[in-house]
Amino acid sequence: MNGILSYEFMQNALLSAILASIVCGLIGPFIVTRRMVFISGGLSHTAFGGLGIAYWLGKQELMFTIRPIYGATAFVLGAALLLGSLEEKKLNQNDLFIGILWAVGVAIGIVFVHMTPGYAPDLLSFLFGNILTVSRTDVLIMLVIVLIVVMAVAIFYKGFVAIALDEEFARARRLPVYRLKMGLTILTALTIVTLIQVVGILLVIALLTIPVAIASELSMNFRKIIVLSVICGITICLLGLFISYYIEFPSGASIILIGGILLIIVKTLKGISQRKKSALVQ
Amino acid sequence: MGKSIIQVENVTYGYGKRTVLEDVSMKIMERDFILIIGPNGGGKSTLLKLILGIITPWSGKISFSGDGKNRLGYVPQSAAFNRSFPISVLDMVRTGCIHGENYLRQNSRESIEKSRDILQKLSLEDKLGENITDLSGGQLQRVLIARALVADPVALLLDEPTTALDIASQTDLIDILEELRQKMSIVVVTHDPTPYAGIYGHLACLNRNLYFHERGELNATTLEKVYGCQVELLGHGIPHTLLHSHPEAVRK
Repeated sequence: MNGILSYEFMQNALLSAILASIVCGLIGPFIVTRRMVFISGGLSHTAFGGLGIAYWLGKQELMFTIRPIYGATAFVLGAALLLGSLEEKKLNQNDLFIGILWAVGVAIGIVFVHMTPGYAPDLLSFLFGNILTVSRTDVLIMLVIVLIVVMAVAIFYKGFVAIALDEEFARARRLPVYRLKMGLTILTALTIVTLIQVVGILLVIALLTIPVAIASELSMNFRKIIVLSVICGITICLLGLFISYYIEFPSGASIILIGGILLIIVKTLKGISQRKKSALVQ
Repeated sequence: MGKSIIQVENVTYGYGKRTVLEDVSMKIMERDFILIIGPNGGGKSTLLKLILGIITPWSGKISFSGDGKNRLGYVPQSAAFNRSFPISVLDMVRTGCIHGENYLRQNSRESIEKSRDILQKLSLEDKLGENITDLSGGQLQRVLIARALVADPVALLLDEPTTALDIASQTDLIDILEELRQKMSIVVVTHDPTPYAGIYGHLACLNRNLYFHERGELNATTLEKVYGCQVELLGHGIPHTLLHSHPEAVRK
């Protein structure tokens, strides 16, 4: 164990796994209870447009370098602001706009990758995730995002819970519902940016939902679900990371498959325990 | 009955281009109990949302005496909130203490004490730790009332509170409302006025316009126009008993 931890890439991978688990554990329960999973899918796929543009710009002779993740961050945040403002205008067609953003984002990415000369191996790691290629700079960016998310959730926790539980009642209590919803969408966007580096664009939704699904099997208390989601996320990410290192499986897919297996195990054990309990009652 | 605490003046509102409420005026007096009936889409829930500030009128004004604006209790239809949200009864009631002005610096200990107190008064002290998903319809309705009462309101607004309740739970609810009307104003919007017979103070019918019984506006002609069918009024002319003995006439 000490041997593999002496590699800087492995240290970065471990740190990014833990950081990603913290944000997905904090934001995932809000996404699931507010039924924002489809929005998350749309936002993560929109990121591909930003990645494509940044990748193309990176190959131009510019005065500065642009990392693909910067492009992804700009696109995801832009899409989050757009979706938030459309919802406030009560267009009631959120699904439609999310679907369009999803597809247009991917299309922009494909066009810019096509326009960039040469093969683009980096972009594949953004699509499918490769935690072993996360750099120290990436870890620092993730750390900043995690700090922002942790502070925002700590400060606005009661407001976020109020809108997730009963938006109409929150409005009746004169809470700033629009700003809270927008804040939550932006935090979701930041979380997605963090997760893209770990599991890739295509698998972000899984890491936002599987730890919450496991935690919800273990507790019916929202605070506990948040804590358990963080713990489940760390467990899943670390197990997936070691599996991908030792048997050379793709890291993103390994993490998600471990999550899926863990969810099946927890659900099965809970079912057995409930059947035993009801048998005892009878 | 004392002074007026909420004044609705010439309010008009709608959705898109469709006007739902037109030139509606009413006063809610201290410790009044107003029962508002009316057909689907007549604007009953919209009127409550306007009073609560959830939506803003197209024209007209809603004003409050004293700090009444910030002291309104609201019991929405039980289908309006996320029933699958993992939260205990105590925490659910505590969310009633949150207000736009204090949600960043709410006193947790105070909200817990107030919530425990109100749950005890509503005979829910043994349900504190239970999850809201495990409650019966009647228990859930009492939790929603507790959440509305925990902020010490001057007026309680209830939207179709008896819709999903069986007869026993309806009776419990009526007993609670009868006790509460000694302390605060109550406005109930409902399809079925039957359970409230004998406890309401004023009766009104809403379908785009608001017709008050006391103003002599709730006669058979008005109601037939409002409901679009033949209406038979039993006990007409006797305040507080209007319609209660024959709710089917209203349900048609």
